[in-house]
Amino acid sequence: MPRWLAHTIVVALFAALIALAFSRVNYAWNWAGVWEYRQKLLQGFGVTVALSLTSLIVSTLIGMLAALLLGSKNTLLEAVGRVYVELIRGTPLLVQLLIGFYVVASAVGLENRYVVGVLLLSLFSGAYMAEIFRGGLAAIPQTQRDSARAIGLTPWQSFRLVILPQAVRLVLPAVAGQFVSLIKDSSLLSVIAVSEFTLAAQEVNSFTYSTLESYLPLAAGYLMLTLPLSAVSRLLERRYRYEA
Amino acid sequence: MNLEISGLVQRYGTATVLDGLELHTGDIRSLVLVGPSGGGKSTLLRILAGLDVPVAGSVAFDGVALSRNEPSLRAYRRTVGTGFQAYNLCPHLTAMENLLLPLVHVHGLSESEARARVREPLERFGLATHAHKRPSELSGGQKQRIAILRALVVQPKRLFLDEPTSALDPEMTAEVLEMIGELKHLGTQFVLVTHEMGFARRVADRVAFIGDGRVLAHGPPAEIIDRCNVPRVRSFFARILP
Repeated sequence: MPRWLAHTIVVALFAALIALAFSRVNYAWNWAGVWEYRQKLLQGFGVTVALSLTSLIVSTLIGMLAALLLGSKNTLLEAVGRVYVELIRGTPLLVQLLIGFYVVASAVGLENRYVVGVLLLSLFSGAYMAEIFRGGLAAIPQTQRDSARAIGLTPWQSFRLVILPQAVRLVLPAVAGQFVSLIKDSSLLSVIAVSEFTLAAQEVNSFTYSTLESYLPLAAGYLMLTLPLSAVSRLLERRYRYEA
Repeated sequence: MNLEISGLVQRYGTATVLDGLELHTGDIRSLVLVGPSGGGKSTLLRILAGLDVPVAGSVAFDGVALSRNEPSLRAYRRTVGTGFQAYNLCPHLTAMENLLLPLVHVHGLSESEARARVREPLERFGLATHAHKRPSELSGGQKQRIAILRALVVQPKRLFLDEPTSALDPEMTAEVLEMIGELKHLGTQFVLVTHEMGFARRVADRVAFIGDGRVLAHGPPAEIIDRCNVPRVRSFFARILP
């Protein structure tokens, strides 16, 4: 059976199951009410896309920097990296957002909740990226570095030509997964009143009292972002694997 | 090559791996290092290849001492070739790209000049048909031979090979040893660490037995492998030789 057919059948079965569950709930659908607020939902979707994209880039940079700190021979630098990673990975994003925005950002005088939101989200995701990058670098056999040195490559050349290409292939699946998580985690920025997609859906719900009709488009919207991401990741993995 | 080693000391953490090693070879073309695991052979080879700096002592090839600072060592490493036991080749590059890597990025050849240079060696060692393949598509023996070729195409003064066949099955071992034998025939200078004693007998001008971080015996192969007086050395060969 071709894969696309198998995928379509499974999705159709799943949709049928959901439809069956809904039909038994005796729910009075009110799509018209939510449709009136489509502009609001679309705007929220746009904000989520912008926030996610920016955070993707910033968190990758933070993650690389932190991975360098973690691998540093300098004990102080390594400590900075380790404390950052453990603290961020060990506490809920919710707490980080609340303390980060209402306490730290206020103290520093940063008032723009969008900027602070992106920063906090990037710091959060960056900690996970750091561990992913560190694991990827550690998985490369030491002989690769020895060979690169033995050939006479400079440290930068070794990193660019030998280490980095291998590290990218190793971490690609995990990084793609982290990107998907980031897009969904951005929904939590609603707690600091960032007008992104989830907050928009919550507001539409409070105006129309039509909960399912507000939140089902929300789920569909996030899927529209995460599914292409997963597909691109799988494409890149196939293109860059070691077997021809 | 005339290798002069004096008072060589190397430590990893608290462990002393080389303990005042002395070796004066005279003018030879091939040196084979043998001995028990953990005795210091690979550590010595890494120092000779310019990969590690010893804690103390001096190494000189043909009267020229090895430097202790990294930039000079890098320049030295560009004049020699080194091969390891496994994972030599970059897995994301084809065999050809692996060969071109040092020529283009270290020795400044253009890609066409580099390709021209590697063509003959590839054919001579029967690897031309495999050049477009990635390491995952090559056998262990082919990978090691490409790795040795990569060390050779930069026209090094000498080669350093660390147990090139230890990770291979007997058939592939033979294939790689045949290549090294041919290199000996062509006059290439090399320092080889190996457990293949029969091969050592054939290709070594001198054999040095490294144990407990020192040279316990040094001389022509037959003298060391078959007729050595040092008890430690004799018992080693008695155990491993058929």
